[in-house]
Amino acid sequence: MTDHIVKAYDTELEGLGQKIAEMGGIAEKMLSDAMDALSDFDIKLAQSTIACDPRLDILQREIEEQAILTIARRQPLAVDLREIIATIRISNDLERVGDLAKNIARRAIKIAADVRIPRAIIGLKSMHDSAAILLKDVLDAYSQRDAQRAREVWLFDADLDSLEDSVFRDLLTFMMEDPRNISFCAHLLFCSKNIERIGDHATNIAETVVYLVSGESMPTDRPKGRSLLSDSPSVPG
Amino acid sequence: MALYQQRRRANAISLALCYAATLFGLSWLVIILVELFVQGIGSLSLSVFAQMTPPPGSAGGLANAIVGSLIITILGVAIGAPLGLLAGTYMAEYGRFTKLTFVVRFINDILLSAPSIVIGLFIYEVMVARVGHFSGYAGAFALAVIVVPVVVRTTEDMLRLVPDSLREAASALGLPRSHVIGKVAYRAARAGLITGVLLAVARVSGETAPLLFTALNNQFFSADLNAPMASLPAVIFQFALSPYKNWQQLAWTGALIITLAVLALSIAARALGAERTPK
Amino acid sequence: MTTLDAKQTQKDAKLPQKVSVRGLNFFYGDLQALKNVSLPLYAKRVTAFIGPSGCGKSTLLRVLNRMYDLYPNQRAEGEVVLDGENILRPGQDLNILRARVGMVFQKPTPFPMSVYDNIAFGVRLYERIPKSELDDRVEAALRSAALWPEVKDNLKASGLSLSGGQQQRLCIARTVAIEPEIILLDEPCSALDPISTAKIEELIDELKENYTIAIVTHNMQQAARVSDYTAFMYIGELIEFGVTGQMFTSPANKRTQNYITGRFG
Repeated sequence: MTDHIVKAYDTELEGLGQKIAEMGGIAEKMLSDAMDALSDFDIKLAQSTIACDPRLDILQREIEEQAILTIARRQPLAVDLREIIATIRISNDLERVGDLAKNIARRAIKIAADVRIPRAIIGLKSMHDSAAILLKDVLDAYSQRDAQRAREVWLFDADLDSLEDSVFRDLLTFMMEDPRNISFCAHLLFCSKNIERIGDHATNIAETVVYLVSGESMPTDRPKGRSLLSDSPSVPG
Repeated sequence: MALYQQRRRANAISLALCYAATLFGLSWLVIILVELFVQGIGSLSLSVFAQMTPPPGSAGGLANAIVGSLIITILGVAIGAPLGLLAGTYMAEYGRFTKLTFVVRFINDILLSAPSIVIGLFIYEVMVARVGHFSGYAGAFALAVIVVPVVVRTTEDMLRLVPDSLREAASALGLPRSHVIGKVAYRAARAGLITGVLLAVARVSGETAPLLFTALNNQFFSADLNAPMASLPAVIFQFALSPYKNWQQLAWTGALIITLAVLALSIAARALGAERTPK
Repeated sequence: MTTLDAKQTQKDAKLPQKVSVRGLNFFYGDLQALKNVSLPLYAKRVTAFIGPSGCGKSTLLRVLNRMYDLYPNQRAEGEVVLDGENILRPGQDLNILRARVGMVFQKPTPFPMSVYDNIAFGVRLYERIPKSELDDRVEAALRSAALWPEVKDNLKASGLSLSGGQQQRLCIARTVAIEPEIILLDEPCSALDPISTAKIEELIDELKENYTIAIVTHNMQQAARVSDYTAFMYIGELIEFGVTGQMFTSPANKRTQNYITGRFG
């Protein structure tokens, strides 16, 4: 893509891209730190993760301000317009991802006080690994403007959904075994929900990347994972 | 800085020369006008307009000369102006880039500065000699030949000044070409066209040489165009060169009348031109 | 294509084409200014023409009412079909054509007459109507150009005494007064201030309910605002033609995208 005749325009767009990259890095780190804090019962790590969140909020606000200013100034059209809309949407999604990671870190602090079934966290860990890959891939797709890769992320979220179903069943089983596990497992349930939500946000970002590159919207119904109520045989827990 | 000072000096000198030249030229005009006034105003009275040209020594006026001048001039302009208008219209509207226009413009410019005595001789040969006598018609035709190039020139120039965008706007409404010219271009150039005609009138009202060969002169009152007719310039020519005092006086008065008429026409032309300029 | 545009295209698929340009080539002497241009002008829609200077958009507009016929060394080849008839054919009556296809130019050109006469001029050319009816026609035309409130107290004032924006609206009123079917606008706002421009854009929105409109503009945002369809031209060729929303959010052609995002040259 050739440069704009007015160089300042390119500079503004690049600035936005860089801020998204920074937000993406922070969000990824927050996610992996939160998971580590959860599985290692590391309160200190959890607290430092929570401390990262304000930076994310500030970046999101800056991106929004800069985007609005660019729209007012440049009256962008075509790919530039899609680009700026994309940064606004992606910054919102990444800010939410940070919030969700922060919530996981909070719950990590809570369960560290009363550890019951460490092996329950294994399922969560695999969920986290999937989610982390989704996030990384979609952020790469954004920086490469790779619509194909974004589409793959969009599809693979289905795996995360089905993982969430099996974790749900497992935790339910643990809770039914021993009422004293309920508090512990309840926290883990919320954490699994948060991770699944992070996957959804990655999907949103993927849709935005496809729109940015091609100008087309993805189909409205995304393939979901098999639900608990479906007739298909359950996955062995 | 020295260069700058040099330039300032040169500017001051040139400016001074310009003023001096203007003063020089204007002062002659003032001198002429003053002289005319002083000499002519004495006999300017109603009798000048009422009585005929007298024999030497007796009192009289310039009535027949004034009337004759009016008739010949009006007829001359009536013949020449429409011709000039139409020719100028063709050159500016229909034949803007044609060879014919180029040739006509060239010849027109030559005619514009042709010596009027040559024109007078030409009309003499063509009209007076054939018929065998001088006539007002011949005089009018001679003046018409002088009027045509002037009107052609001003008409073409004024019409060219009308922007093409106006013509296009009129055409875009579906106006046929004749209407675009007649109702829009003419209207827009109206002041300029009228000025052109007025200037032509001012030009020919003082022409003497052609009239000498064509309308000659007439001592008595005559409105018969087929016979020699008196005209102010011819009368002035005759009276000024004579040794008679009253004739010389009348000559001055006649000159004053012509000058005032031309002055009035020029002022009218200028006033018309100024009024129509868009803000 | 966006969901909104898909709906629009579905609605417009059955739209009648008021004018169909087919294989148009245009020459200024030996210089070819338009190369095999084909595009439709849909009825009662606004079509905008954009492109860099010298791309031929004004030339194309002037073919639509055969304005080029006024000049000897300009000629057009191809077909321009208006309601089923090719207007480029030799037997076409130019004055009738221009009464059906009105044009407003870049520089406002009021005639050197009163405001009333400016409007009545064109009407009188085609119809003999009594004065009261003429008064009504003049008022209607001035109203449709959103000029009536500003001039109604002084219709005898010279057309040249109005401001630039008013003069341009006067020219639009004059064009509308003879009830054409198509209105061509050649950069109508480029000599006007933003308020006058906005008023004329509002006017275009109202006019398109009754007229088919084609507008040439240098201002891309204006093209995006007022038009339903946009044609992008470059050095005499039609590069892309499409629904405006699609063109300005996601054009199909890379050159179009480069031009509208300011990456040209």
